[in-house]
Amino acid sequence: MNWLIGAVLFLILAPIAGGLIAGIDRKITARMQGRVGPPLLQPFYDVGKLFEKERAVVTTAQNFYVLAYLIFIALSGALFFAGGDLLLIVFAFTLAHVFLVLGAYAVHSPYSHIGAERELIQVMAYEPMIILAAVGFYMVSGSFYVTDIAATTVPAILYLPGVFLGFVVILTIKLRKSPFDISTSHHAHQEIVKGITTEFSGSTLAQVEIAHWYENVFLLGFVFLFFAWNPVIGIIAVAITYLAEIFVDNVTARARWQAAFKSGWLAAILGIVNLAILSYMMLGGA
Amino acid sequence: MVALSALAIGGASIYLLIRYAFEGTVYFAAPSSAIDLAMVAIELGLALFIIYMGAKFKNYLAIVLAVVQAALVVYLEMTFSGSLHAVNNLFIDQFSIIMALIIGIIGSLIAVYAVRYMETYHRHHPEVRDRQTFFFFVIFAFLAAMFGLVFSNNLLWLFFFWEITTISSFLLIGYSETEEATKNAFRALVMNLLGGVAFVVAIILLVATEPTSGGIELSRVLTSPDTAVILIPAVLIGFAGITKAALMPFSSWLLGAMVAPTPVSALLHSSTMVKAGVYILVRFSPVFAGTFAGFSIGLVGGVTFLVASAIAISQSDAKSVLAYSTIANLGLIAACAGVGTYMLVWAAILLIVFHAVAKALLFLGTGVIEQRTGSRNIEDMEGLIVRMPKMAVMMFIGIAGMFLAPFGMLISKWAAIEAFVQVPFGLIFIAILAYGSAVTLFFWAKWMGKLVTVTRNTERVEKGFFEESWAPLYIITGLVIAAVLLFPVISSMLIEPYVLAIYGVTALMEQANVAIMLLMMALLLVLPVSFLLFKRTARHLPAYMGGRPATPDLHFAGSLGLTREAQTRNYYLTEYFGEAKLFRPGAAVCIVLILASWILAGVAL
Amino acid sequence: MSIMAFLKRSPWILHYDASSCNGCDIEVLACLTPLYDVERFGIINTGNPKHADILMITGGINELNRAVVRNLYEQMPEPKVVVAIGICAATGGIFRECYNIAGGVDKVIPVDVYVPGCAARPEMIIDGVVTALSILEEKRTKMTGAAQAKESARQAAEAGEST
Repeated sequence: MNWLIGAVLFLILAPIAGGLIAGIDRKITARMQGRVGPPLLQPFYDVGKLFEKERAVVTTAQNFYVLAYLIFIALSGALFFAGGDLLLIVFAFTLAHVFLVLGAYAVHSPYSHIGAERELIQVMAYEPMIILAAVGFYMVSGSFYVTDIAATTVPAILYLPGVFLGFVVILTIKLRKSPFDISTSHHAHQEIVKGITTEFSGSTLAQVEIAHWYENVFLLGFVFLFFAWNPVIGIIAVAITYLAEIFVDNVTARARWQAAFKSGWLAAILGIVNLAILSYMMLGGA
Repeated sequence: MVALSALAIGGASIYLLIRYAFEGTVYFAAPSSAIDLAMVAIELGLALFIIYMGAKFKNYLAIVLAVVQAALVVYLEMTFSGSLHAVNNLFIDQFSIIMALIIGIIGSLIAVYAVRYMETYHRHHPEVRDRQTFFFFVIFAFLAAMFGLVFSNNLLWLFFFWEITTISSFLLIGYSETEEATKNAFRALVMNLLGGVAFVVAIILLVATEPTSGGIELSRVLTSPDTAVILIPAVLIGFAGITKAALMPFSSWLLGAMVAPTPVSALLHSSTMVKAGVYILVRFSPVFAGTFAGFSIGLVGGVTFLVASAIAISQSDAKSVLAYSTIANLGLIAACAGVGTYMLVWAAILLIVFHAVAKALLFLGTGVIEQRTGSRNIEDMEGLIVRMPKMAVMMFIGIAGMFLAPFGMLISKWAAIEAFVQVPFGLIFIAILAYGSAVTLFFWAKWMGKLVTVTRNTERVEKGFFEESWAPLYIITGLVIAAVLLFPVISSMLIEPYVLAIYGVTALMEQANVAIMLLMMALLLVLPVSFLLFKRTARHLPAYMGGRPATPDLHFAGSLGLTREAQTRNYYLTEYFGEAKLFRPGAAVCIVLILASWILAGVAL
Repeated sequence: MSIMAFLKRSPWILHYDASSCNGCDIEVLACLTPLYDVERFGIINTGNPKHADILMITGGINELNRAVVRNLYEQMPEPKVVVAIGICAATGGIFRECYNIAGGVDKVIPVDVYVPGCAARPEMIIDGVVTALSILEEKRTKMTGAAQAKESARQAAEAGEST
């Protein structure tokens, strides 16, 4: 029954945790920029406000796609915390992202369209690395199941340093942080207006935000897996990684999509090299 | 008439399923030297036909290959006339039943669809000579040949049916008799003949080493203890499979075949004929497993998968995208077959099933869209959900079936990745699959996006045409969904016993994961209900055009007082993924790999 | 009536320059800088009317921007407020008598807060926005109240019909 507990806890707690993480993110970003920054609970105020806004759409179809996006993000994350098959979880997340993209396509608006295309390029950029990361965990723990990977006594990070580095690169893409937030801008950047979320407002936008929170909790959980053999170190590592992401976000400007794309695929090469060396070692050892 | 035959064929396939599914492999002697003689006669007749056509259209390569092939067949018959008998000429096992179901059900549905399609086709193209009777004759002859192919235990019979499919493809591609069609028909013919020559050489080698290799009896060859001896013939037959399945560097014939009427593309060039190529590769998986030669063939498939998927990004013609996607997926099946572990064979058969269903749907859908809207360019399909809602939903399901969880192709790809991790040097294939799935996601998702764009001020053109064509479309759509819901049953009833019988161990999907798949599928089927929830009092806003007031179809008052239109077009990224850029390197690598497989097979001796 | 006043704590702005000389715009942007840091009130400068609650507009109305200002205002979902910043947005400013300026922004859209000045100072702008926030909350209560009233009227009508 552990899996059910994990899943339910995730579904209930992840939005809270994700919102708090987002709040901490904004506070630290502000301090890095020499400002005071918003209160810690600001993301919750934002989402609350969005739910209070008038229902307005460009086309009713967009609400369907965004709802599907939210549901599948929540489902995929719940699968992860239930200990499911990591590869399947990756593909379930892909399904969710496709729904978001379709929602942006459905509205037939120029900025939304650009955002959708760039979001797809983004997904194309990080997909190889994240699949390879899942494979890396298999090679270290002998199983694709998160329960087994999390229970392993082997420090995965020692065997998968390249994979970890590659993952951190695409984490920048997934968390929508500079230099790779090419499809929508969380705040401040407006070159393509809001890109993929341009035509979403009110409760629809709130759903997108909540989905991001779910996903961020999952991503941090994924980082944790690299250090799962020692939970304390794991949490510290997760914190350091996230701080590093915030730091990179603040010191870089947004790059062209070609840069994001190439970085994602090069990160995957890093992962392949790591796994090749690992498999060579395992062949020799076994 | 066609519908009745279709019903009969489909019914017969299902009967076979019910009757033989649980029996394991059943052999039928079906002895008949008359049949053998007839086959040789027909083969020589076909060779003469090819020579005639080659002379008529000045394609000398076809003549040369036909002559070589015929000469080899004659040599074979004369030199080994004594030992060209198989104990059992026909057989049925679970894999044949799966193939038969695909041929019988999908094939028949396509034939039914073709009736109305061809009527409209000739109305739209009055310059094409109306040979519909001939057309359907070839289609049904082809279906018959496919059945023969998958039930043949006698390699000579298999080769005969193989050649029939080659000729059918040639005749059907060249149906419109335009210069382009004829050129492409010959290209297909030449490449398939090349494979055919390899096939005959393989048979000659097998017959020459009959005591250990098993001669022309497929079941004996596959279980022959002398793997070194059968490896070369296996690799040569694999080469025939490569040409038939349009793997690189032989992919251009499939692209060229897209000039044929859409039912031909759906039937031959995605669901069935090209499946014969991978069918034979999967049959020989036990021989390829664990060998370097097999691994090399697998890499041919893998490289094809990656390169073809990448090129598909740059294509805007729907049939080109579908063609490249087909080539890519056949490559993936070949990759699984070439490496040939039990898990991979399981994944390969799954891939065959799901791909046949989804691709058929997509091709048929594209045909309807082309006839209704006049274009098969993806850019012109923008807003299809408004203009042809039912068709758009079906295309949506078809495309989802090709790359999204929990649909079949994704399940198969997932199974393939989990299988490759257990293979030595499987990392190469994992890398190919990782990059490949990223790339396939891009081109499918952007096509989907075009379909679901809710354009305004466009009229619905769906009603009132071609009632008959809808039934096959609805049925195949249903099959795409049913295949996912039923795949645990298909797996346990047909695929696992087959794999078990050959390898002594079988792969299967864990219960928990099956449950998750079904849950996801159920969610997907239920979610559209939420549309009803959203119909309420939302205010409709225009799209954001920088604040510029615009009409619903994105016309706005631009500078200098001109009215301009904002258009949304997909990215095709031709400078990164263009055919010109990627095809040559891919083809070069595959040529090297094919030659390597021959050398490695020879070295094994 | 909600327990937490979300709108007041998370007002997102859309900043538009109608025909301003950019003087007031620079002052608005100064508010976003670390010195004044309006993000501590939860204010974010979205560039998108669909995401915005407050329209901060500078400059007067001329023929080119008349339709645009109207369009932007309509694309904002309720509840929303308009803050006219600078004297040009309020009344047309020193360009009031010009042939091409129709006047302040209130010629086209309803304005809730006027922040005069040429250029308006950041402290005044922030003050104006804070005033706008309470107006925003009022509008929200009215909106839910109106929605509830509409809903109960609809239900009453249905009940009336069924009996």
